[in-house]
Amino acid sequence: MEDTPLTGHGPSSAPGWGRPIIDPCHEAVATLYSFLDGELTADKRARIQHHLDECAPCFGAFDFESDLKALIARKCRDEVPEALRERVAEALRAEDVRS
Amino acid sequence: MADKARFADQAMPFMSSLYSAALRMTRNPADAEDLVQETYLKAYRAFGSFEEGTNLKSWLYKILTNTFINTYRARRRRPAETELDDVEDLYLYHRVGGLEAASMGRSAEDLVLDHFSEAEVKAAVESLAEPFRLAVVLADVEGFSYKEIAEILDVPIGTVMSRLHRGRKALQKTLHTFAQERRLWAAADVPS
Repeated sequence: MEDTPLTGHGPSSAPGWGRPIIDPCHEAVATLYSFLDGELTADKRARIQHHLDECAPCFGAFDFESDLKALIARKCRDEVPEALRERVAEALRAEDVRS
Repeated sequence: MADKARFADQAMPFMSSLYSAALRMTRNPADAEDLVQETYLKAYRAFGSFEEGTNLKSWLYKILTNTFINTYRARRRRPAETELDDVEDLYLYHRVGGLEAASMGRSAEDLVLDHFSEAEVKAAVESLAEPFRLAVVLADVEGFSYKEIAEILDVPIGTVMSRLHRGRKALQKTLHTFAQERRLWAAADVPS
């Protein structure tokens, strides 16, 4: 299928031509998480990326959500207590003795 | 046995991320430690059935999650969980925009994100109801794909996407509440 530009403009997207008017910003926001999670097909991703390159408000929103996702990853880290490592190693050794 | 030596080499490096996930799940360090130990024991016993070359991390997380659901869910404490009524898209982003009006400029977004402490982010994640919390941890902290998360949680991919979407929005609402409580935004400037 031909890759169509995301514009709501031009005669081919006017009502009466049988094609819905696509709001590119709405589509971008609707697929924001799939985009950031790397779950879009290459074609769809390229289309959204193209829109982001042209639309400062959408780019700003995506950029923020991307930073927020990275923040969660960065902050939700914990140091494993050494005692736990030892407990687990000991439990596995005990398992060997038993089996 | 060669298998068991391989297990230590391959599985032990995942302990710190399994431990973090266990903390987010149980919200209690003692339970988290027990959960991690039990996970490793089960994994060790079942390692003979693990297919070399397949995703060990996914496999370990499936054991962790199943053990959590079967063992700890029954006796979990229930602190207040974030309401999941309809939170708008871009919840936090739209409120940061309000700060720009207070002439803090483009750095307002960075300022807001930099100000959340580790404790706040963890608390915000832990405040999510379990199905949403699990999805967010698996996606955002551990980087699993939707397909992997679906397999770990044993739910359809559509359910994963829905839980992520709603979970992330609830997370934003909670983070915003924390920021308000710390008066990052003066009460007068916050659009309600």
